[in-house]
Amino acid sequence: MAFELPPLPYEYGTLEPHVDSMTMQIHHTKHHQAYVNNLNAALDKFPELKDLGLVDINKAVGTDKLPTEAATVIRNNGGGHYNHTFFWKVMTNPSNTNGPSGAAKEAIEAAFGSVDEMKTKFNAAAAGRFGSGWAWLGVKSDGSLAITSTPNQDNPLMSGLPDAAAMVPILGLDVWEHAYYLKYQNRRPEYIAAWWNVVNWEQVSANYEAAKAGTVPL
Amino acid sequence: MALFMKVQASSLIAGLRRGRPVSGRRALVTMGKVELKAPPYPLDALEPHMSKRTLELHWGKHHRAHVDNLNKQIEGTPLAGKSLEEIFLNIYRGGAYRNNIPVFHNAAQAWNHTFFWESMKPNGGGAPTGMLAEAIARDFRGFDNFKAYFRHAGMNQFGSGWAWLNTNESGKLMIFNTPDAMNPLVETKLRPILTVDVWEHAYYIDFQNRREDYLNTFIEKLIDWDVVAKRYAAAQQ
Repeated sequence: MAFELPPLPYEYGTLEPHVDSMTMQIHHTKHHQAYVNNLNAALDKFPELKDLGLVDINKAVGTDKLPTEAATVIRNNGGGHYNHTFFWKVMTNPSNTNGPSGAAKEAIEAAFGSVDEMKTKFNAAAAGRFGSGWAWLGVKSDGSLAITSTPNQDNPLMSGLPDAAAMVPILGLDVWEHAYYLKYQNRRPEYIAAWWNVVNWEQVSANYEAAKAGTVPL
Repeated sequence: MALFMKVQASSLIAGLRRGRPVSGRRALVTMGKVELKAPPYPLDALEPHMSKRTLELHWGKHHRAHVDNLNKQIEGTPLAGKSLEEIFLNIYRGGAYRNNIPVFHNAAQAWNHTFFWESMKPNGGGAPTGMLAEAIARDFRGFDNFKAYFRHAGMNQFGSGWAWLNTNESGKLMIFNTPDAMNPLVETKLRPILTVDVWEHAYYIDFQNRREDYLNTFIEKLIDWDVVAKRYAAAQQ
């Protein structure tokens, strides 16, 4: 069974003015679609990998489960498909978003001192990622929360990544230029600051519960 | 610490005039600071192939930020007063890379961007002539193949980076791509003679996700083959 581009949980213009409609449209229908297409093409030659599912494909990156000749294309496009599928869901209408609550909020305060301190660290990871990549808030194997960033379409599910903490993501931010260039151009910190307005904290809580239960949210 | 000036007056003036391309090898260094060199044409001169808006942002914000941030980073250090090449090679080969990655990034990107502006000209494109054309025909089995390989290199750089045409000192040509701020001077003995920026900021205003259209436009309409030929000749001396 081939992977498919998931529909957005909202309209292209829903995240305005923080993330513009044109960016959402190109980001979803062009960039994410290309990752899906390329992943399917790569897996055509290795049908047994398709049965793994998207999360396990990502976990297999960096291990010998992936054939050498397809390892890079699967990393780039399997990563891209997971990352973007995850990303659309952790955003929502700006009027919906209040802030973290419940167990997720307690975990954030335990790890960082406060929600604001978590945001400061997250902003630094997002702004400091040179080139293309992502910033992540996730649950480590010891159950605590941490922040990391990854290059290109890598994510913390993958094995053997240099410098990235292994974790199950509960919140992530795309800092490839295609995620913000039309509206923010070179002003990445402004994009990052605006993005907090559209974070879907209910989804983050659900992701946190799933991660604590030992599953990977998608 | 001695501050020394390496202002190349003729290239400073030439850089501010339209038309005449200037040698990209030496950055302007005044009073220990690196200067932002202007492209050798006005910012609207590459229209419609590369918009004025792109140049305003790409040169005026991105390139400028690399230079400004680099100057802040090197002020009062032994790197102040050195050329961009000296700075990024010094850091990379001196074993200090891990602790100085942001300085490396700014110095290399400052250099890469100047090299890029000077690889283009208004009414560019067409085909190379002379010795360079012969070398391209020989090393890539024809100009059409060269164009395909170069485009391929640009397309294959996943994420941010650059595609390069390089020569060794015997005149043999090679194409490859590099990630992020990397350039061929850092890890090889090759001399780059042509580059295209494939960071998304280089083409997103004009082409959005269509990197291939951008690369084709660069190849067909923007390359300054005179500059590339001069760099090729210089590399073999």
